[in-house]
Amino acid sequence: MDILSQLFAGLSLGSVLLLAALGLALTFGQMGVINMAHGEFMMAGAYTAFVVQGVVPSAGVSLLVALPLGFLVGGLLGLLLEGALIHRMYHRPLDTLLVTWGVALVLQQVARDVFGAPNVDVSAPGWLSGAVEIGGLALPRTRLFILALALTCVVALTLVLRATPLGRRIRAVVQNRDLAEASGISSRTTDRITFFLGSGLAGIAGVALTLLGSVGPTLGTGYIVDAFLVVVAGGIGQIKGTVVAAMALGMMQAFFEYSTTASVAKVLVFVAVVAFLQVRPQGLVSVRTRSLA
Amino acid sequence: MTVLDKLLAPGRTRTLAGFALAAVVLLAVAPVVLSPFRLSLLAKFLCLAMVAVGIGLAWGRGGLLTLGQGVYFGLGAYVMAMHLKLADAGPDGVPDFMLLYGTGEVPAWWEPMRSPGLTLLLVVLVPAALAGLLGWAVFTRRVRGAYFAILSQALAAAFAILLVGQQQTTGGTNGLNGFRGFFGYDLTDPANQRMLYLLAAVVLLVMVAIVRQLTVSRFGELLVAVRDGEDRVRFLGYDPAVVKTVAYVVAAVMASIGGALFVPIVGIISPADVGVVPSIGFLVGVAIGGRASLLGPVLGSVAVSWAQTSISEQFPSGWIYFQGALFIVVVAFLPGGLASLLGRWRRRRADPPEPGTAPPADARTAPEGSTP
Repeated sequence: MDILSQLFAGLSLGSVLLLAALGLALTFGQMGVINMAHGEFMMAGAYTAFVVQGVVPSAGVSLLVALPLGFLVGGLLGLLLEGALIHRMYHRPLDTLLVTWGVALVLQQVARDVFGAPNVDVSAPGWLSGAVEIGGLALPRTRLFILALALTCVVALTLVLRATPLGRRIRAVVQNRDLAEASGISSRTTDRITFFLGSGLAGIAGVALTLLGSVGPTLGTGYIVDAFLVVVAGGIGQIKGTVVAAMALGMMQAFFEYSTTASVAKVLVFVAVVAFLQVRPQGLVSVRTRSLA
Repeated sequence: MTVLDKLLAPGRTRTLAGFALAAVVLLAVAPVVLSPFRLSLLAKFLCLAMVAVGIGLAWGRGGLLTLGQGVYFGLGAYVMAMHLKLADAGPDGVPDFMLLYGTGEVPAWWEPMRSPGLTLLLVVLVPAALAGLLGWAVFTRRVRGAYFAILSQALAAAFAILLVGQQQTTGGTNGLNGFRGFFGYDLTDPANQRMLYLLAAVVLLVMVAIVRQLTVSRFGELLVAVRDGEDRVRFLGYDPAVVKTVAYVVAAVMASIGGALFVPIVGIISPADVGVVPSIGFLVGVAIGGRASLLGPVLGSVAVSWAQTSISEQFPSGWIYFQGALFIVVVAFLPGGLASLLGRWRRRRADPPEPGTAPPADARTAPEGSTP
């Protein structure tokens, strides 16, 4: 049974990572923007859940209201950031990292000034309390919910990218911006929408995180480095890589933790990613091109 | 260009003049006019500036965005701190915190730090080995620049978490502190603190001189060439991986030396000084001063440290807004930093181009591998 519970812990950790990394797969993977404020968008989503809770007394309803609202809040923040700063810097991808880090600092401080530095709690709805018993294994319902939410997001995002005109436009711009422009696609608009979607996913991730612990101004910073690591290991080009990488990193973290300590596990996961990049420098799934880089 | 032309080139004279001025201010003026408290504060800033010098080389000249310099700073600092702890404890003694939290035994990997000479060697060798390993692994496989930035940041995160987790052998969150002596000198004596300041100033000046020599050498030319067109350098028969790794190792060693001097001057090193946030903090001064200039990183770093100390004393939250805003404005609208303003003002043509002013032809295609 031990192996099974470790497996579930890894799966659960992986699903949290996946939620955090999905938006990055869009903004970093598809657009090349290194958005350090992604974690703060998650934090904004989490505080959205907290605010909604204050308005809607029923925990069950408020969660369902907070999910789309969190998406909206994160997305709008992303739109604002893209319009104000990032769109000037597409030719300097590394510098976007520094600018967005400055934005992240400011957003954290705003959260401190508005909600106070101490953490606040969002209570989980009743239908998520307790655990599901499967063959002697107790699986917490919140964890299952997050797993389901992550999968839903993956499916939704895949459908949008694969089967809608919007998704086609996004893929066209990513593959060849000039040709897309020449074919009548406004790359400017597409960039905005892509950023909105990616940042919105961060907001959803933030709402989900309120089920696991309390909400604080630095909530996002704990996840951001790991989320980026997932995208790096997964490679860009397809959502598939991100999913596999998130689950693999979650599993590794869980199993290493079981055999060593949490802090040593972090180092081992890092070493594993660097070693993996030796084999596949572009990450797990990459688009094959004839370019040199 | 003949040798005489080079000697009389405006860039060279100005560099020498600036260097001389900095030396006079640091070594002659500051010790006289500053109170001992202010002087040791300045000494601390100089240690942080050493990290900035290395970043200026790796990032400004080489385009390697390294977000994990806190790791190397921390390695140097911890190696030095371990030595000071062991020296304070005396021969075969056990550092005080180990008696409190640990087993009361000195772990085997602490033992090399008993020897002063070996400590100094390790301050250089440990970060060089780690940076060499990571750099080599990443650069030879042509992992993209953005990936390298993320990896170096993840290293910083992992390093800080590891230090916190090892309460018994590294002091955990508290770090290492309460040093009494420094290679036989009493740290409480103001005269010795002044000596430490002068030592830091001299080391910093030497580092700047080294970076200058590197940038005017063939290596420096190659480094800038790798930044601006890596593939062309490869076609010309050089290996960009070697150039990048060397730059990264030099930056790491400089950060480490800064850390090693930081410990006796400030008297504490803890995981809070080495994680993700301080690592990016090192970049702020470099970006503001001018990443690709020679003295920009140093001046920017010292100015930012000074601003942080004076502003956050009065408005703790104001400093964060200020820092964030400064970072956003400078990087987004003035990528060459304040140095580029001077340069623009003087219309110097001998300067290397600012990073970001000459975007490649496919600038709008963000991810590599999507060029037609």
